[in-house]
Amino acid sequence: MNDVDEGNRVRAAAGEVARQAEAVQSLYARRVEIYPRAKIGDHLAWFQKWRWAAVWATQLVYYGLPWLSWNDRQAVLFDLAARKFYLFGLVLWPQDIIFLSAILIIAALALFLFTAVGGRLWCGYACPQTVYTEIFMWIERRIEGDRARRMVLDREPMGPRKFLLKSAKHAAWIAVALWTGYTFVGYFTPIREFGAELLALDVGGWSAFWVLFYGFATYGNAGWMREQVCKYMCPYARFQSAMFDQDTLIVTYDAARGEPRGAGSKKKSRGELGLGDCVDCGLCVQVCPTGIDIRNGLQYECIGCAACIDACNHTMAKVGLPKGLVRYSTTNAVRMRLDARAMRRRVFRPRVLLYGGVLLGIVAALATAIVVRVPLKVDVIRDRASLAREVEGGLVENVYLLRVSNTTEAPRRIALSASGLPGLAVASEARFELGPATTVSVPLRLVAAAEAVAPGSSKVSIEVRAEDEPTVAVRETTTFLGLRR
Amino acid sequence: MSDFTSAFWDYFIAVITAVSVLGCGVFLWSQSKRRVKVGTGPDPDTTGHVWDGDLQEFHNPLPRWWMWLFYITVVFSVVYLVLYPGLGTQFKGVLNWTSTGQHTAEVKAAETKYGPLFDKYLKMDLAAVAADERGRQMGARIFLNNCAQCHGSDGRGARGFPNLTDSEWQWGGDPQAIKTSIVEGRTAAMPPMAEAVGGGENVTDVAHYVLSLSGSAHDSVRAARGKEKFAACAACHGPEGKGNPALGALDLSNKTWLYGGSVAAVTETITKGRGGVMPAWKGVLTEAEIHLVAGYVQSLARPSAGAAAAPAKQ
Repeated sequence: MNDVDEGNRVRAAAGEVARQAEAVQSLYARRVEIYPRAKIGDHLAWFQKWRWAAVWATQLVYYGLPWLSWNDRQAVLFDLAARKFYLFGLVLWPQDIIFLSAILIIAALALFLFTAVGGRLWCGYACPQTVYTEIFMWIERRIEGDRARRMVLDREPMGPRKFLLKSAKHAAWIAVALWTGYTFVGYFTPIREFGAELLALDVGGWSAFWVLFYGFATYGNAGWMREQVCKYMCPYARFQSAMFDQDTLIVTYDAARGEPRGAGSKKKSRGELGLGDCVDCGLCVQVCPTGIDIRNGLQYECIGCAACIDACNHTMAKVGLPKGLVRYSTTNAVRMRLDARAMRRRVFRPRVLLYGGVLLGIVAALATAIVVRVPLKVDVIRDRASLAREVEGGLVENVYLLRVSNTTEAPRRIALSASGLPGLAVASEARFELGPATTVSVPLRLVAAAEAVAPGSSKVSIEVRAEDEPTVAVRETTTFLGLRR
Repeated sequence: MSDFTSAFWDYFIAVITAVSVLGCGVFLWSQSKRRVKVGTGPDPDTTGHVWDGDLQEFHNPLPRWWMWLFYITVVFSVVYLVLYPGLGTQFKGVLNWTSTGQHTAEVKAAETKYGPLFDKYLKMDLAAVAADERGRQMGARIFLNNCAQCHGSDGRGARGFPNLTDSEWQWGGDPQAIKTSIVEGRTAAMPPMAEAVGGGENVTDVAHYVLSLSGSAHDSVRAARGKEKFAACAACHGPEGKGNPALGALDLSNKTWLYGGSVAAVTETITKGRGGVMPAWKGVLTEAEIHLVAGYVQSLARPSAGAAAAPAKQ
C-alpha cells in the first residue's frame, strides 16, 4: 500500500510543475489508447521469451486438452448435465465437491505465496487477460505494424487501406475468440461431436450462447479492454497489494543510480555532466502495456510483466552502461543496497514460510484424499415410518433404503452384509449388479432374532463391498430398532 | 395472498422504485457534467481528503465507458419494470409474467416431453406394466416418493400399514381393486368388540380362537370357549374368519397380522377396535402415475412377474 502511495507521490511531484496552473477536470475521462511497443532489438528479449513460453504452455494446455482421449471418451470433460467430471482416469461426482474446494484453496494459497515472493508474477505471465492480450497484440502487429505505424494509422482518416487493415485485424481476432469459445464449451460437452454439430449448424441454445459469450469476452477483453481490465475490473490486482511487503520482488527503477536522467553528450562524460545512468530514451514507457513510467516507482497499474526491464537492458547495452537500471528487485534491496544473496536470504520470512507450509499441507492432504478415495458411495436412509417389524419366526426386521453409487467406469457386483448384533442378517437380496457410473436405490431389510435385540435402538453397521475388488468397500453405521416388550 | 391489502402500498412501492431509478439517472447525469478543480493546494493530485492518517483520495477519473455502463443499468431497470411486475400489484407488466405462470409452463413442457412415455404405459394393462422393466423402475420411483412413507421402501409395510408383498389383500388383489385402492383411498373401521363378545375373559377367549384359525400358538381350551363368541365377528370376517375384501375385513385364517399376532395384540384389537386409512391419490398423482405405481405394486406381490428387488435406477 505504502509503495503504491509512494509511487503516486513521486508521480505527483513530477507532474507538479506542469500543473501549477489551476485546472478543472471531469470525474470521467476518455481512455487514452496505449500502443505498447513490442520490438526491442533484433531478437526476442529475455523476459519476452519467458512471456511467450507462458503463452505457449498455457494455451497448448487450454486448446489441446479437450482433444485428448482416455478409454474411448474425452480425457477431460465436465459433464454438467450428467453431473460427472472426468479427469483422465478419475471420475468425480458432485459429492466430491470437497476436492474442488481443495483445488481452489490451493490456487488461492499459491497466489498468496507467489505474490509474496515474486510480486505480480501471475499478472505478468500467466493470467488469461495477459496471455490473450499478448496473442491479440501479436495479431495486431502482424497486420497493422508495431507502435509507430499503428499510431500513424489511427490518426489517419478512414480510407480503403485503413478499412482493409482494421477489418482484417478484427476478423482475425474474432476467429481466435470464437475458437477460444468453442474450446471452452468443449470442456463441458464432447468437443468432437460439438464440432460436428457446429458444422451442421445444429447446436443447442446454451452451447451457442457460451461459444458466443466466451468468444465475445475474449475479443472484448483482449482486443479492446486490455489494461483497463487490470486497472478497473480485476479484484486480484487490488488485493495482491495486501500480500506485498518490503521484501517482495517487484520491477524497480534504481533511482539512486539513474537520476538525474538526461541524454548526455558526446563531448563530456555523464559524470562530468552530473548525470545518472538513465539516458531518458523513453523506451521503458513505450513498451509498457499499461502505459506507465516505471521510473515513477511502484504503481498499482504495474502488472509486473518486465517489458521495461528488457527495454532498459537493451538501451544500457547500447550505450555501454551496466544492465539492471530497471530490474527485478525488492524495496529493501534497493534502499539498503543489498546484493542478490542477501536479497534471496530475505525470501525466507514468516509470511512466506507460513503460506508455503499451509500450501504443502493442503497439497499433501488432497493427494492423499484422492489416492485413498473409495470409488463407491453409500447413503443409508432409515425408513422413518416403519420402525421395527415383527416377522414370522420370532424375528424383528428393520428397513433401510440404500443409495449406492459406482463412481468408476466398470460394472461392479455388489454384496451387502451387516454386523453389530448377534445373528443380524440381510433378509433382502444381498447381491446386485451395479452398472458403470450409476446410482441405484436398494431397499435393504435386516433381521435379527427378536430376543437378541434390546428394546430401543442399537448401533449396527452395513458393509457394501465390491465382490471383485476387496479394497472397494464402504462401511456405514446406522441404527437398528428392537421391539418394545 | 398479500399481507398488504390496501392498494396504497402498491403505489408506495411503485413511487419509491420509480423515483430511485430515475434519481440514479439524474444523479449520474449531474456527475457527468461536474467539474472538479485540480492543481490547487500543496498536493495537486489529491482531493485533500485523508483517512487513517495516510489514506488519501486521489483524483483518478473513471474511464468514460464506465459511466455508460451505469446508464445501461438504468435503462435495463426501466425496461425490466415495463416488462415484469416490479411496481406492486397494480401494474402487471407488459409480459404478464407470474411465477405461477412460469411453473405452469414448465409443467406443461415436462408433460409434452414425458407425456408420450407415460401414455405408452397407460395403454398397457397392469400385468404388462409389472412385467416391463422400465415401467417397474418408473413405478418404483413414484412408490418411493409417495407410498414408502407408510408402506416402507420395500413395500412390506409396518404395524397398521399393510404389507404389499405378500399374497393377502385387505381390499382385493386384482388389478382393478389395487387401482381403486390407490385412486379412491380406503377407510377400514373395526369397531370395539369387547362388549359384543361378552367382555372380560371372553375377549381373551375370542383372541385365542382367532389365533387358532391360522394355526398360531393358542390355548385350545380358551379357543373352544371363544368359538361361539366369534359369531359377533363373523358378520364382517365371515364364519370361517376368511375376511371380506369388500369391507376391508381381514382374513384371520393366515399368519399375516396387520396389528400384531400375539394374544395381547389380538386382545387389544378386539377390545379397542382398529381404524385404518389409505388416502385417495387422485388429484395428487396423475392417472398414468397411478397406473405405473399400481403395476409396480402388483410386481411386488407377484415376484414371478418381475424381479421385485430390481433396484431403482436414478
